[in-house]
Amino acid sequence: MIIKQLSVFLENKSGRLHEVFDVLGASNINVSACSVADTSEFGILRMIVSEPEKARDILKEKRFSVNISEVISFVTPNTPGALARTLKVLSDTNISIEYLYGFSVGEKSFIALRSDNVEKAIMELQRHEMELISANDLYKF
Amino acid sequence: MNKSIWNPHFETMSREQMREVQSERLRDVVERVYYNVPSYRAKMQAAGIGPEHIQSIDDLSKLPFTTKQDLRDNYPYGLFAVPMSEIIRIHASSGTTGKPTVVGYSRRDIGVWSEVMARTLTGAGAGKEDFIQIAYGYGLFTGGLGLHYGGEKIGASVIPISGGNTKRQLQLMQDFGSTVLACTPSYAAYLAEAIEESGIDRKELKLRIGVFGAEPWTENMRREIEKKLQIRAIDIYGLSEIIGPGVSFECPHQCGLHINEDHFIPEIIDPETLEVLPEGELGELVFTTVTKEGLPIIRYRTRDLTRLNFGTCACGRTLVRMNKCTGRSDDMLIIRGVNLFPSQIESVLLGMDETTPHYLLVVDRVNNLDSLELHVEVEDRFYQDTISDLQKLRMKIQNHVESATGLSVSVKLVEPKTIERSEGKAKRVIDKRPAVWS
Repeated sequence: MIIKQLSVFLENKSGRLHEVFDVLGASNINVSACSVADTSEFGILRMIVSEPEKARDILKEKRFSVNISEVISFVTPNTPGALARTLKVLSDTNISIEYLYGFSVGEKSFIALRSDNVEKAIMELQRHEMELISANDLYKF
Repeated sequence: MNKSIWNPHFETMSREQMREVQSERLRDVVERVYYNVPSYRAKMQAAGIGPEHIQSIDDLSKLPFTTKQDLRDNYPYGLFAVPMSEIIRIHASSGTTGKPTVVGYSRRDIGVWSEVMARTLTGAGAGKEDFIQIAYGYGLFTGGLGLHYGGEKIGASVIPISGGNTKRQLQLMQDFGSTVLACTPSYAAYLAEAIEESGIDRKELKLRIGVFGAEPWTENMRREIEKKLQIRAIDIYGLSEIIGPGVSFECPHQCGLHINEDHFIPEIIDPETLEVLPEGELGELVFTTVTKEGLPIIRYRTRDLTRLNFGTCACGRTLVRMNKCTGRSDDMLIIRGVNLFPSQIESVLLGMDETTPHYLLVVDRVNNLDSLELHVEVEDRFYQDTISDLQKLRMKIQNHVESATGLSVSVKLVEPKTIERSEGKAKRVIDKRPAVWS
């Protein structure tokens, strides 16, 4: 249930984001989720991709600074209060959330979440019968 | 005979003998410049001094100084002391402002140059079995040819590849079995990085010694290069106005650079008062060349800051040692009234685990206040994936620089390998402040 996420350090320069996706596209790597955290000078691009290790090596070759970190991903109903119920499960057991990103379409919301204790978060969500997405489902395209 | 000393007679003579040699040669050079170079004669006459006033090296401080400006004023050949028919080589150093500095060598001068470079390479531990890859630039710059003469003189196999073309440097290093690498320290750091990236197995390289000079570098930088290249990195010092490389050199004890003082007499002066300072004090290095024919130079102000040590070295040499130069009085930046040498920044970065020695300082003036921005590359091993990791890294560098220099600095994190790597002398500072005309 642990999902490998790529983090790429980017300077705030026009064209850099495009370059990352261009490189990945040319290597036939699919991006299934992404988000950019930015400051005035630099940003971190986070992505869930097919073949994370291969993607990391390709980007490193192109002289990007890349790390792999672990996130979890789950589905909640696309209704008011649904995400709040899920997050309460985590906060009730003192699991901190570093960041999350998500998207809703139709009846479902998809969330990727980084926590200080990924294993414990997975356990708690499973115990409350939340719908987790497996790595294989996300990597494949 | 000690194999690691090229010329034991001059390199190990007593202080008394050295003073005699220097005094005799000084009398000779003062006569030569007085009678052959109008500009020196005019300066000496203005100071009320003639050759008869210079009897020993104790009289050296009576002579007027020579500066880079004197060389410019007499561009190109005005300070040469022999007819041009006796000059067999002309070199020039790149002038960052105005005209280049031109230097000329007689046949005997080239001989002196070969001799002092033979001492330098022998001092570094090189010998006739070695393969010396000379990655200093060949041409008007004295680095390439200076090393070349020394390498040939000691009987080593010289590989005159010159600077640049990193891929080829690595290929020849592998194929030709280079044992000695000669280049600028910043290029050595770059080559070390290139070797890592190329995936070349270090065991396939025979490299054992690095002979690095032509720009100031710190002890930390040395350790970094030694670790990465797995070699002993030796510092050499020289400037074209004096002869080029070969003015002074380190022995394997790496405890100061032995000055070839039978050819180049050093003094340390206070750059403000111009007074000669006692042994051990930090000040500006001044040289008088006593054997050169083409361009003898009297009390040349190098702008390099160092100190002298007359103690005998563990290697047996009695030649006076100068400390490794880590700053030049004209490299010095004045930021909000505080003196800053770029080498201080390099030292801080190398002292931290989270940074690489590649950096760029950008100085500007915003609303009449000097601003200092430091660009540092972010490698993936220095952060995980959160903005707060990176902000912590920035703060840490800022704090380290501030406590080492007393200056607040704004650190800008940039992507790996985006700071320009140098194949010659590194460019570490961009000063955008408008020039102040006085």
